[in-house]
Amino acid sequence: MLHSSSAAPTRAAGPPARRSRLLRHEARMAYVFITPAMALFLVFTLLPAVIAFFLSFTDYDILTPIRWVGLANYQRLLTDELFRRGVLNVGFYALLYVPLMIALSLSLGLALNRRRPGMALFRTLFYLPAVTSSIAAATVWSWMFQKDYGVVNQALGTVGIAGPNWLASSDTAMYAIVIVTLWQGLGSNIIIYLAGLSGVPGYLYEAAALDGASPLQQFRYITLPALRTTTFFVVFMSLIGAFQLFDQAYVMTQGGPGYATTTAVYQIYSNGFTQLRMGYASAQAFVLAVAILCVSLLSMRLNRDSGLG
Amino acid sequence: MRNLKWTPWVIVRETLFYAMLVFVAAVMALPFYWMVVTSLKPDADIFSDPIRWWPQRVTFEHYVQAFTVVPFARYFWNSTVMALLGVVANLILGSLAGYAFARMRFRGREGLFRMKLASLLIPGVVTLIPTFIILRSFPLIGGNDVLGHGGHGLLNTYWAIVLPGAAGAFAVFFMRQFFRTLPDDLMDAARVDGASEWRTFWNIYLPLCGPALATLGIFTFQAGWNVFLWALIVFNDPKMSTVQMGLQSFSFNHQTDYGPLMAASVVVSLPVLIVFLFAQRYFTQSISFTGVKG
Repeated sequence: MLHSSSAAPTRAAGPPARRSRLLRHEARMAYVFITPAMALFLVFTLLPAVIAFFLSFTDYDILTPIRWVGLANYQRLLTDELFRRGVLNVGFYALLYVPLMIALSLSLGLALNRRRPGMALFRTLFYLPAVTSSIAAATVWSWMFQKDYGVVNQALGTVGIAGPNWLASSDTAMYAIVIVTLWQGLGSNIIIYLAGLSGVPGYLYEAAALDGASPLQQFRYITLPALRTTTFFVVFMSLIGAFQLFDQAYVMTQGGPGYATTTAVYQIYSNGFTQLRMGYASAQAFVLAVAILCVSLLSMRLNRDSGLG
Repeated sequence: MRNLKWTPWVIVRETLFYAMLVFVAAVMALPFYWMVVTSLKPDADIFSDPIRWWPQRVTFEHYVQAFTVVPFARYFWNSTVMALLGVVANLILGSLAGYAFARMRFRGREGLFRMKLASLLIPGVVTLIPTFIILRSFPLIGGNDVLGHGGHGLLNTYWAIVLPGAAGAFAVFFMRQFFRTLPDDLMDAARVDGASEWRTFWNIYLPLCGPALATLGIFTFQAGWNVFLWALIVFNDPKMSTVQMGLQSFSFNHQTDYGPLMAASVVVSLPVLIVFLFAQRYFTQSISFTGVKG
C-alpha cells in the first residue's frame, strides 16, 4: 500500500573530502529535523504499546501498586460475558455495516460518475455528513429517532408505517447506529470510488459496447474488476472502523438498552476508566488489537493473492 | 450528454435518475435541516404533534440558553485552542520530519520512517490506558515529583490532547510524499549559494508547500475539533470540557433539553462546515489521493 522507495535523491557533489563533510552535516541536521516527531513516537506510541502488553498481565487500579497476575486477565476474558457481548455486537454491526457501505457507496459513486449537470453539487451534499463530528451527528440523530416527536417515525408515519421506539428497544438500537454511521461514512467512500472510477479507461467500454455488451455486462466484466483494489480498500477501512465503534454507542444508547449496543471499545473504556481495572482493560485492548491486526494482514494477503498488491 | 436523444424512454430514465439523487440528497441533508429548525423553534413547537416541518415562529432563545445554562463559550474556547495547537504542531513537526525523510541523506532513514509509519497500524484503543498513565505520571509537572508520583501530571491540561497527536504519522507521511514531488535542482542551487540545510528547507522548499500544508491543516483541525473519547479520558475538570463533551451536558437524568442541545449542535458543527465549504476542493482531492477519511 505504502511504497517507500529506497532511492536517495541523487545530487552532484564536490570533491570527496568536502562531500563527506557536507554529508555528515546533512545527516546531523536531518536527525535534528526528525527528532521531535520520533521522540513523540517513542513516548506516545512505542512506549504505550509496550506498557499495554505489560499491563495486560497485571492488576492495576492507579491507586494501589501494580500486581503481577500472569495470564489471569486472559483467562478471565474467556468467561467474560460482557466482553463477549461487546465483541459479538461489533461483529453483528460490521456484518450489516460493511456490505451496506459497499453497496451504497459503489452505486452512488457510479451515479455521480455519469456526465450529467449538477453532479458536483450532489457530491458536495453527499460529503457534507462526513465533516460533522460523530458526536454532533449522533446527538441530532438521537433526537430524530425519538419515538413520538422524532422526524424518522413521523416520516415513516406518512407512508403508513408505525415506527418503533428505535433507541429504547434492544431489537432496533443497533440498526439505528448502523443508519447513523452509514449516513456519516458514505461521503468519503463515494469519493474514494469516484477516484477509482476515474482510473478505468474509457476505451474498454467503447470496445465492449461495439461487441454488443449490455450495460449490466459492462458493469460485471469491466467496472467491478477494475474497482477491486478500491473495494478492498473500502472494506478494509470500514472493517477497522467498525471494530472500534464507540462514539455513537456512547452518545445514543450508552451501550444499552440492556447490553444491546455495548461494543468492545465501550467495554475497554468502562473497565479501564470507570471501574479502574486497567490491567484487565489492557488485556481486552490487546485482544481487540490482535483481532484488528489479523483482519488487516489477512485482507492484505487476500488482496495480494488476487494479483492486485 | 451531447448525443442524448430525448426519446420517451430516455426522459423517464433521466427523471428517475435525478429523483433518486434528490431523494438521497434529502436524506443526507435532513439531519442538518432538522437540527437547525429545532434550534429555532420555541419549546412549545418542538414537541408538537403532528410534527411541524417548518417553524411557525422563529426564536433565538435556545442559542442564548446554550451559552448561559452551560459554559459553552468556555468549551468552545477549549476546543478551538486545542484544535489550533494541534494544527500548528503537526504542520511544523510534520513538515520538518517529512522534509528530512524525503530529501536528506542519513543513516537509518528508511528504517526510522517505516517505524513511524507503523504507528498507523496500531489501533488507538491499545494506547488509551498506557498513554493516560504516561500523561498522569509525567515527571515534575502538575505536582508530580521526579518519579512522576503525587500529582496529576499533564491530565486536565491542553497538553494531554495536543502532545500525543502533535506529530502524527499521517502528517509526516503526507508531507514526505509532497516533498518528494519537488525538484532537486532547487537544493543544488541553494547549496551553491551556500545556504544552510535549515535555510534550504525554510526559505526554498517550505514556501512551495502551500496546498499540502492547507490540506493537512484542514484535516488536522477537523480531527482535533472532533476528539471525543480521548478528551473523555484525560479531562475530568469540567472547565476543560471540549464542545463535543459539552453536548452531553444538556441531558440530566434522562431528561434532554432538545432546543438548546440542537442550538449547541449547530454551533459545534459550524466551524468545520465553514472550513469545508471554503476548501472543498482540497478535501475531496486529498481524500481520493490518500484515501483518508475525514
